[in-house]
Amino acid sequence: MATLEINDLHVSVETESGPSEILRGVDLTVKQGETHAIMGPNGSGKSTLAYSLAGHPKYTVTGGSVRLDGEDVLEMSVDERARAGVFLAMQYPVEVPGVSVSNFLRTAATAIRGEAPKLRLWVKEVREAMERLKIDPAFAERNVNEGFSGGEKKRHEILQLELLRPSVAILDETDSGLDVDALRIVSEGVNRVRETGEVGTLLITHYTRILRYIQPDHVHVFAQGRIAESGGPELADKLEAEGYEAYVKGGAPA
Amino acid sequence: MAEAQNIPVGSNTTGSIAVAAESTVATRMSAEPSFDVADFPVPHGREEEWRFTPLERLRGLHDGTAEASGSVKVELTAPDGVTVETVARDDARLGRAGTPVDRVAAQAFSAFEKATVVTVPKDAVLTEPIRLGVHGEGGVSYGHTVFELGAFAEAVVVIDHTGDTVRAANVEYVLGDGARLTVVSVQDWDDTAVHCSQHNALVGRDARFKSVVVTFGGDVVRLHPRINYAAPGGEAELYGLYFTDSGQHQEHRLFVDHDSPNCRSDVAYKGALQGADAHAVWIGDVLIRKAAEGTDTYEVNRNLVLTDGSRVDSVPNLEIETGEIVGAGHASATGRFDDEQLFYLMARGVSEREARRLVVRGFFAELVQQVGLPDVEERLLAKIESELEASV
Repeated sequence: MATLEINDLHVSVETESGPSEILRGVDLTVKQGETHAIMGPNGSGKSTLAYSLAGHPKYTVTGGSVRLDGEDVLEMSVDERARAGVFLAMQYPVEVPGVSVSNFLRTAATAIRGEAPKLRLWVKEVREAMERLKIDPAFAERNVNEGFSGGEKKRHEILQLELLRPSVAILDETDSGLDVDALRIVSEGVNRVRETGEVGTLLITHYTRILRYIQPDHVHVFAQGRIAESGGPELADKLEAEGYEAYVKGGAPA
Repeated sequence: MAEAQNIPVGSNTTGSIAVAAESTVATRMSAEPSFDVADFPVPHGREEEWRFTPLERLRGLHDGTAEASGSVKVELTAPDGVTVETVARDDARLGRAGTPVDRVAAQAFSAFEKATVVTVPKDAVLTEPIRLGVHGEGGVSYGHTVFELGAFAEAVVVIDHTGDTVRAANVEYVLGDGARLTVVSVQDWDDTAVHCSQHNALVGRDARFKSVVVTFGGDVVRLHPRINYAAPGGEAELYGLYFTDSGQHQEHRLFVDHDSPNCRSDVAYKGALQGADAHAVWIGDVLIRKAAEGTDTYEVNRNLVLTDGSRVDSVPNLEIETGEIVGAGHASATGRFDDEQLFYLMARGVSEREARRLVVRGFFAELVQQVGLPDVEERLLAKIESELEASV
């Protein structure tokens, strides 16, 4: 059973005035089959956590550990992490000119699965996954994320989630910028993957809206680079009612 | 100003479009075209046509100090019916497709001892390509080659440049009425070679000329593919692909001279660059003269910069002296393969090497397909792969 263990994780970024610490000791364990919502105000370090787990070179880990089934994730390159089962659905997916979606998906699936999927089965698998996410089949021949709308980019991320079947899925503000219809389609995709019971999900969001579609087992409030409070789904209701003021430094006194 | 408004809707006008009463493409050159090297002053590097070129790396081709000391091994295979001749400098068939436009091209014309003339007779339709292999064996060499197709002849010419040499050699293509010629010129030199060449094509009435210029090797490669139309109705397609590595200078300077009515030209060059001091230069000059009514032309240059430290100079120029044209446009863009694209692909399990390959293959795929010769396409893709292998 896959388990992601984050212990006392410290992460810095390089700024004009020297390194700046963004994550200040994050502790979190995500087990296969569980869904953890990470909520917090802008600038609290939620996205830094997501990108650090995936290995983005902009972020420097200065302390702590991340293990996936006991394996040291921080020692792995970005592609090794992905092959080990870490998937990051990005808030701002990147355009890759000259690379078609179909070519990209097949290359990624080949890398993750360790062998090229059988062509006939693969074509069917992609087509069905695209249908479920209401993605126009013509997308397969377009260049990755090039000219995609915000909603199309997010659906394309979830398409990859469905096809690559990671053991840990980190969804970085997948809900941002989506209208209600797109949010529903994307959430249904996430739920299909969750229902397999084979993925631990880290759902990073600023808003409680997506939690109406994707029910978390645990809710964590992120503030000033660490988890400030953890609880069950009821914590999300509290945040909905009260906002993040109580967690923001210098915020309104309770 | 009124003429500028005659550019049809839908033309791409990215970049500079000059609407001139007289050609500035021609006057931007520092001297008039000539076959005699003595008519050109030794360039100092600030001239418009030399300002991108590292003169000190031309090993004397530009200043008269490069004595013909070396040799090249030439292998020419031609199907039956094709005539191959070695001719003296005074042969009347030399120099018809165009006149040297800079000192090195004139040096080449002034210094070669014998020229090669390859003739495809009228109406002959070749089923096999004419293949010319030029293998440098060190030292300085000069040369001159003419390919002539009679009326309605059809041929494919594949020219391969390999080995090491310092070479200035021009090539002429003379197309009779209704002839069709496809030329693939591959510059796959050793990384020490220097190669300067003016490719002149004279396109007959209703003839079609297609050129595919592929530059991978060399220390300095500087080519001038140039098109002239002998009569109305000609078509020219000029495709190019270059992969400029660390320390290489690869320069392609195109000129399409639309001086006849109802001719068409289509130019597409794409290049990838990687490594410190990789330098690619692309100059795309198109001139539509007063008489060239009904012209349809488009040119595009795209570059993909794979690493820091590489440099691209891309200069499209379009001059239009008549508004009575079908279409005229040009575009140039240089993109970077950046860390975010790399991260995105790697975050999907794809290795860095595979990620670069994916992007570069995608970038070139469309152009490679336009070559239309399966064996050449295969070879180009394999070559692109090996360029990537060598560097990643």
